[in-house]
Amino acid sequence: MSEPPVLEIRDLHVTFTAHGREVPAVRGVDLTIERGQTLALLGESGSGKSVTAKAVMGLLDQPNVRVRCETARLGGRDLLTMAPDERRALRGSAMTLVFQDALSALNPVLSIGDQIGELYRVHQRLSRRQARERSIEMLNLVGIPAPAKRIDDYPHQFSGGMRQRILVAMAVALEPDLIIADEPTTALDVTVQAQILELIDRLRQELGTAVLLITHDLGVAAEVSDRVSVMYAGRIVESGQVDELYDLPAHPYTAALLAAIPDLDSPASELRAIPGAPPSPSEVPPGCSFAPRCERASEVCTTTRPPLTLLPAGTGRHTACHHSEEMLNA
Amino acid sequence: MPDPVLRATDLHKTYRSGLLSRGGGVRAVAGVDLELHAGETLGIVGESGCGKSTLARMLVGLERPDQGEVTFQGKPFFTRAGVPRDIRRRVQMVFQDPLTSLNPRMTVHDIVAEPLRVHRLSPDARAMRDRVGELLSLVGLSPDRMNRFPHEFSGGQRQRIGIARALATDPDVIVCDEPVSALDMSVQAQVVNLFAELQRTLGVALVFIAHDLAVVRHVSHRVAVMYLGRVAETGPAAEVYQAPAHPYTKALLSAAPVPKPALRGRSRIMLAGDPPSPVAPPPGCRFHTRCWKAAERCSQEEPVLEAVGEHFAACHFADRAAAQLPSNDR
Repeated sequence: MSEPPVLEIRDLHVTFTAHGREVPAVRGVDLTIERGQTLALLGESGSGKSVTAKAVMGLLDQPNVRVRCETARLGGRDLLTMAPDERRALRGSAMTLVFQDALSALNPVLSIGDQIGELYRVHQRLSRRQARERSIEMLNLVGIPAPAKRIDDYPHQFSGGMRQRILVAMAVALEPDLIIADEPTTALDVTVQAQILELIDRLRQELGTAVLLITHDLGVAAEVSDRVSVMYAGRIVESGQVDELYDLPAHPYTAALLAAIPDLDSPASELRAIPGAPPSPSEVPPGCSFAPRCERASEVCTTTRPPLTLLPAGTGRHTACHHSEEMLNA
Repeated sequence: MPDPVLRATDLHKTYRSGLLSRGGGVRAVAGVDLELHAGETLGIVGESGCGKSTLARMLVGLERPDQGEVTFQGKPFFTRAGVPRDIRRRVQMVFQDPLTSLNPRMTVHDIVAEPLRVHRLSPDARAMRDRVGELLSLVGLSPDRMNRFPHEFSGGQRQRIGIARALATDPDVIVCDEPVSALDMSVQAQVVNLFAELQRTLGVALVFIAHDLAVVRHVSHRVAVMYLGRVAETGPAAEVYQAPAHPYTKALLSAAPVPKPALRGRSRIMLAGDPPSPVAPPPGCRFHTRCWKAAERCSQEEPVLEAVGEHFAACHFADRAAAQLPSNDR
């Protein structure tokens, strides 16, 4: 392959220490995203998907968190051997983060012009006037009407959808290699959600940026991603091309999720519910984490943890299940 | 057709905000009529700020409407002495967030027994214990966990406790305000199935409020689509979903993300902007500012609910809207 992937993470572990106990939130996650590609990291609350995003951004530099990783490369640069200052310079320019809640991610006492302009002033040392001009261009790009007039407004003067657009503008302002979008549309209404997803997708195509989309919504992941990685209890249990993964899931968890959500077109009388609840990160069962809730679980599942292995069928499909062959032949 | 158990006529509710009440406050609900028949489920969908939660609170008598009336089996809710006790007993509510709607200092027994105590439904402590145990098994929880506290349960189990409490008084109607929105997707289906089963076995009528269109489609016999405090479209669920007549319903259905990668790139209706603020709803049809069919008339004349086939829509162009698909795809 000629070009290195935009993001390459191997064997990421994140462990929190709380009240003297160790809580492994992420336990060996691999991520690879090519240029211009969208990878959806799909999981429920507590599955470790947001922690993974924060670890990639390097936002977990806290005394009670331990981040361990074999490889971490962003566009050929090694994030592990880099000095903290260098890494900080990459945040906001080479990799950026779009948060779920735009109101708490924006500073309420600074005008949005100041907040977008700050990126240009800090990272590119532009003058106030130049930064302002570039900020207006960015607002125009993300579809804020009359950007020159609104640039001096404060976050509370915008609607929820507009605020999310402003966050997207800040994320793409310095043309990053990678945008991490952490549940970017969860706080939004359906009609606005569609607008924001379309915006992110358009910018990805125009700028060739790679996108890591963190979501819990199977629908959202299906709409915009190229590849999907499904997380359960701190591990990736299945990953693959979006169409292959949805058409024929190789992991019982993915299959169960798809069966558990109601279908708009063909309402069934009963949903196929998954028994039980996801395990707490501090009490993950030995063997396969999904085994206690899995209808295919056998003896081996409760004792031996299945490794994430490449499947012969499909394009780069991986799954961590002892019964994946049965799943695919069913 | 028999008389409805619950009937709302021309409900209005405006929240005035003391000092800052410029423009007359938030018009949360502005003229809603609803009927709920015994043993059926009425789904209410709409985006945030459309007044669905305010409506729910009025339907159980937690909020007094400024204008209009709610009746239970023909008897008015809002008398001079407040909501009569026997109506309160027979109309119960399930809230969105099970953690904040359960008192953390009360045991599950005390939480579920409280309605029994308030309405004097158990002669003595032992009968009460038995009844609580019975209710817990009804919602799929083990009765021997009744002396535990809410924090010892998972999200889905907490919602079951809330449902058990609502069932304690043997109600005819349960109003559920976003009962599954706070739950993980693998747990949602369990609770949705529980509601369906309870309705089958107990014959209780449900008002099911949610923003997830697929979930509402799944549980409801009839649906009402709300926009900015008014009902835009209502009728049998199958009809409204298959042949939506109101442009807003069409837009909502088309914007919902679908977990089927094969359907990507289908023609979708993209609405511009966010829903307007309920402080100053637009004149005429409330949807005309975002509607692609809007004409002069829509900004002046407020449409009323009129029959379109088997159901009702409040749109001046409903007939034509039902006959053809919109042309401005994307």
